Amino acid sequence: MNAIGWIRLAVIGAAVGALELASRSGLIDHRVVIAPSEMADALVRLLISGQANGQIALTFGIVIAAVLISVVVGFALGAAIHALPRVRQALEPLFATYYAVPIFIFYPVMIAIFGLSVIPILLMGVLTALVAMIIATLNGLDRIPRVLMKVARVHRMGRLQTALRVSLPAAAPDLFTGIKLAVSYAFIGVIASEFLLAPAGLGRIISDAYSDFDNRRMYALMLLLIVVATLVNMALHALDQRWAQRRGIVRP
Amino acid sequence: MAAAPAGRQIHAALAGVTRTYPGAPGNKPVHALGPVDLELWRGEFFAVVGPSGCGKSTLLEILAGIQQATAGTVTFEARPVAGEVPQGLGVVFQEDASFAWLTVWDNAAFGLRRSGTPEAEIRRRVDDSLAFMGLTDFARAYPAQLSGGMRQRVCIARTLVLKPRLILLDEPFGALDAQTRLLMGDELLRLWRRTGATVLLITHALDEAAMLSDRIGVMSARPGRFLDIVETGWPHERNSTIVGEARFGEITGRLWNHLRGESLKSLGYAGMTAE
Repeated sequence: MNAIGWIRLAVIGAAVGALELASRSGLIDHRVVIAPSEMADALVRLLISGQANGQIALTFGIVIAAVLISVVVGFALGAAIHALPRVRQALEPLFATYYAVPIFIFYPVMIAIFGLSVIPILLMGVLTALVAMIIATLNGLDRIPRVLMKVARVHRMGRLQTALRVSLPAAAPDLFTGIKLAVSYAFIGVIASEFLLAPAGLGRIISDAYSDFDNRRMYALMLLLIVVATLVNMALHALDQRWAQRRGIVRP
Repeated sequence: MAAAPAGRQIHAALAGVTRTYPGAPGNKPVHALGPVDLELWRGEFFAVVGPSGCGKSTLLEILAGIQQATAGTVTFEARPVAGEVPQGLGVVFQEDASFAWLTVWDNAAFGLRRSGTPEAEIRRRVDDSLAFMGLTDFARAYPAQLSGGMRQRVCIARTLVLKPRLILLDEPFGALDAQTRLLMGDELLRLWRRTGATVLLITHALDEAAMLSDRIGVMSARPGRFLDIVETGWPHERNSTIVGEARFGEITGRLWNHLRGESLKSLGYAGMTAE
């Protein structure tokens, strides 16, 4: 690990340590926030007991499905819109303002249409992530140097070959940014929907634990979410950094 | 246009070629090139010089089959070039056209892999080409880890492995400093002699054209036409040391005499041409 990594770890360690100290010393009311060590202990016990495993699997399953749908559909739509400049001109202002609209206002409509099931939750995950992937695809395709298309012609490549062997790899850094955003947004969309109203899932059991004043369970599940989301993002970031370095792209 | 001298074959030719681009809405079409007539002789090194925007790159892309001529005919090895880049033709562009996601080795192997060449043959030709271009030690590097000049050498190596019979170079050293350009010029001459290919070089640098070429086509301001074809008379075995010869000064002087007025025209100073 380099110096920056150590600094990052130190900041996180200091924050967790401060919370631990504040909770143990009574500076923060133990009934409000439990100590991080207690959260970890509760999480381990919860996972070993298997009580929440079904809910955890359900939520992560929906998140994975939402990411896959958003990435595949978002890429396909982005590529189609890129090929149709007039459609793009019409849609671009809508994309620009998309995240200014609170998408969750549509959640009751989804429930009214599809009932209280996983489908509205999945759709909320997809709706939250989809446009990020469309925008990333448009950016990626815009940034392909024109000279590479000429090289493809010199190598007598057809449209499909050009798309697969030149356009796609050339646009990959932006597409990967889209995937990273889709993962984050899908997490937010799914968990928030479950939290609002759902028959099952992590968000629902966190909400139930909150209503039941079951702090240990609530914080254990929150910790699980934070750890999983952080690990997934760290893995994607590491992969992105590795590819970016090869291509000479400077990422902060 | 001079006919091919005795013992020399016409390798590629443009006859009455023009290119007009449709104008933006409300604007007139842009007549970018021609009519142009040109015969490239097999195995010669031909350079094209001309003022900015005279259609040099358009000429190259039409000859390569990347763009279609508005009028006229283009032939390569006596076959018409129409809508597709013919086999046996390689192009090196001014911009960095290396594939950032592939190593130097894989960049060079790109075209061979596409053509289904056996792996052992790919290895032999790529290794040979990288050695020739001085890139063996960088075979596993990615283009981003190389200088601009080295990246351009990667693109040349990628072209070279396909053993093209006609190599078109569109200002390949335009982004490099003067010293590197001279050295790259030497490499280009070495490459030309070794492959025996016909080379067409588009350049804005008169010294580069004068040093490298057997013949130099001087183009007018837009729409570009050939004003003169200058024969340099250099021996086949030559290198950048010829820049010190008196003949080199004569050639560049002759090129500049043609181009000064045309360059002023292209910059909008037509009134100064007589001064």
